[in-house]
Amino acid sequence: MIGEIGHFCLIVALMLALAQGILPLMGAAKGRAAWMAVAQPAAQGQFLFVAIAFALLTTAFVNNDFSILVVAQHSNTQLPTPYRIAAVWGGHEGSMLLWVLMLGLWGLAVSVFSNRLPSIFVARVLGVMGLIAAGFLGFLLFTSNPFERLLPAAAEGRDLNPLLQDPGMVIHPPMLYMGYVGFSVAFAFAISALLSGRLDATWARWSRPWTTVAWMFLTLGIAIGSWWAYYELGWGGWWFWDPVENASFLPWLVGTALIHSLAVTEKRGVFRSWTVLLAIFAFSFSLLGTFLVRSGVLTSVHAFATDPKRGIYILGFLVLVVGGSLSLFAARAPKVGLGGGFTTVSRESMLLVNNVLLAVAAASVMLGTLYPLLLDSLNLGKISVGPPYFEAVFVPLMAPAVFLMGIGPLARWREASLPDLARRLAGAAAAAVVAAGVALAAGGSLLASFGILLAAWVLGTTVVSLLERTRNAGGNLLQRLARAPRLLPRAEWGMLVAHLGVGVFIFGVTMVKAWEVEKDVKMSPGTSADLGGYTFKMESMGEYNGPNYIALKAVIKVSKGERAVKTMYPEKRLYTASQMPMTEAAIDTGLAGDLYVSIGEAIEDNAFAVRLQVKPFVDWIWGGAFIMALGGLLAATDRRYRLAREEKKRATALAGARA
Amino acid sequence: MKPMHLLRLLVLLLAVGCAMLAARAADAPDVAQDPALEKRVNEIGLELRCLVCQNQTIADSHAGLAIDLKNQIREQLQAGKTDRQILDFMVERYGDFVLYKPPVKATTILLWVGPFALMAIGLGVAALIVRRRGQAVADAPQLTEDQRRKAARLLADEPETRS
Repeated sequence: MIGEIGHFCLIVALMLALAQGILPLMGAAKGRAAWMAVAQPAAQGQFLFVAIAFALLTTAFVNNDFSILVVAQHSNTQLPTPYRIAAVWGGHEGSMLLWVLMLGLWGLAVSVFSNRLPSIFVARVLGVMGLIAAGFLGFLLFTSNPFERLLPAAAEGRDLNPLLQDPGMVIHPPMLYMGYVGFSVAFAFAISALLSGRLDATWARWSRPWTTVAWMFLTLGIAIGSWWAYYELGWGGWWFWDPVENASFLPWLVGTALIHSLAVTEKRGVFRSWTVLLAIFAFSFSLLGTFLVRSGVLTSVHAFATDPKRGIYILGFLVLVVGGSLSLFAARAPKVGLGGGFTTVSRESMLLVNNVLLAVAAASVMLGTLYPLLLDSLNLGKISVGPPYFEAVFVPLMAPAVFLMGIGPLARWREASLPDLARRLAGAAAAAVVAAGVALAAGGSLLASFGILLAAWVLGTTVVSLLERTRNAGGNLLQRLARAPRLLPRAEWGMLVAHLGVGVFIFGVTMVKAWEVEKDVKMSPGTSADLGGYTFKMESMGEYNGPNYIALKAVIKVSKGERAVKTMYPEKRLYTASQMPMTEAAIDTGLAGDLYVSIGEAIEDNAFAVRLQVKPFVDWIWGGAFIMALGGLLAATDRRYRLAREEKKRATALAGARA
Repeated sequence: MKPMHLLRLLVLLLAVGCAMLAARAADAPDVAQDPALEKRVNEIGLELRCLVCQNQTIADSHAGLAIDLKNQIREQLQAGKTDRQILDFMVERYGDFVLYKPPVKATTILLWVGPFALMAIGLGVAALIVRRRGQAVADAPQLTEDQRRKAARLLADEPETRS
């Protein structure tokens, strides 16, 4: 019964989504309040039914109901329960259901937190989101029904891909989808603004916290995915410019541009059309990513051609969304005013250049990702576009953006003075040059010292920003820093923290690229090898049985000189249901770097190829991304976004405290 | 120094020496014979796609084909071939698909020129916009000090920014 009830819930959700999509939009056009009032209850009801469907599918997974096809394909009685839950989004159908659930969650959030916006605007936003939800629910029901039966039921399931049996993979997809789908809110706000013809600063102000929260989730999702690749794939890389990764990176780049463009539009009323265009593209890239990953077009253009139903559906939907919204944009944008003027040296112009660079970076990543597909489908030959290409293109685009990132927050709106900026930033520039010199002296390459230069520049300019912004408070540096949380609005904090995160990220990338060392050795119990000042000694090796795999586990003692550092336990596993071998690397995580040990092929009896790696500051890469996300969180919870009620409460409390 | 201490020191030194000897005896050999050569093999391997893997370089992969190709590279390096010659050999054998850095030719010119052309266009447009908006500043009527103060007061009182 569970399967049928779930299926039914999805049908009801589709009906509600259609109602949510059609009635409020028509009501807004015709000025009928009763039709517009459908928006909130429909959005909430739609979420409720999707949530029930999702809960039912999860139940089927936990109870090993192998009469449901996706459960039989992606789970197994031996699979530990947490992974049975994660297996819900381990396959195509379930992950699309998760997508729809997230979409419903965002719709619910908008319906609950937008009481202060004009009802006609909320009706339009929820209407657009309803149409998107209807598109995806239709996709689920017509091409990827997660409740498809397998009759007679299988006796045992096929098991979840061992690569996905990991805590990182449990949280990565929900985070990523929260981000992907979150841009649908920014998109819906932009479309509503276009529909209403009121494309002013107000719209930007309403849209900002939603966009920032979506961006925060996307940042976390990508970071967790990268971290997972680092420790689970077993060869110590953290970003491969794989098409699947690029698919998530594209909306991130556009979303980052959008956040900055929204800031200018809100504060100064300029770049309005551009901001709307970015909001449309951020979500379109999310859809493009979904199409690339879900249609099978990435593995091979030909795989896509043999089973084109899903691909065609998403492609059609993509064309509809992009085409429709761009037509609307073309019709309305010419009427958009220009806002205030600004001079060549001003915060506006720097943000404009940053936006151009981010947009070009996104276009380049898209070009590199789609180019092989394009050539192949035109029969012009098969090529690979990999890390060497992306690095060659990406670094020259991002370096000036990072440079400007340091100056922008210190430049005045409208008109800044170059000599004045130079004077204020001289300290930071000097610090950056000194750091680069130190890196060069320590044997770093030119590229490495350039990376250090950028990281130090970001750190230096952030400190200068912080000092300038708290200067009026008086007191010495430490006192000011201690009181800073109350001196600066959270939005400012968010910006500074996120920029600092970029610096931390660049530092991590540079350090690990320039100073990591690795070595493949043949190890058997009793042997040892030296690398990067550490001695790795294999003490023993033994077998053990896991819940759904058998494993070979080595005990490797690491020491530095006389001092024992850590005992590491790298494994090689064979998952019994799928017969898939897996390398479980052992990682000693530290602030100053990781030790990374993974077992490779058996060379002879009891001797294995073991890859030893020392990766300085590698965790700063993800640390930087988490700091960026924290910045997003701070900015999104700025007091002007919080509910008026809370505000009042605090005001009363403050008055009480003063009295 | 007391003799007791000397003895201890001696024992300690001996123990350390033995430990070092033991460690020497049981050194895990490099899988590669020649680490310097291996470094070059790895550098070339990073540019090549492991054709049987899912988007992995042959430097990172442990698949049979990747190991074969690494052996090939090693042999050819030992035979004194240059990086270029080895990459050409791989392309001849497996096509452009094996290169992670696509060669510049008629079909890939757009790929290589595209990003920089876009950057030039983007920055050009940005420069145009900045110039036009700069003109707007120059043309804008200048506020008197009084008007400016009044505007600032009004802005500060705007209800939406406060709520």
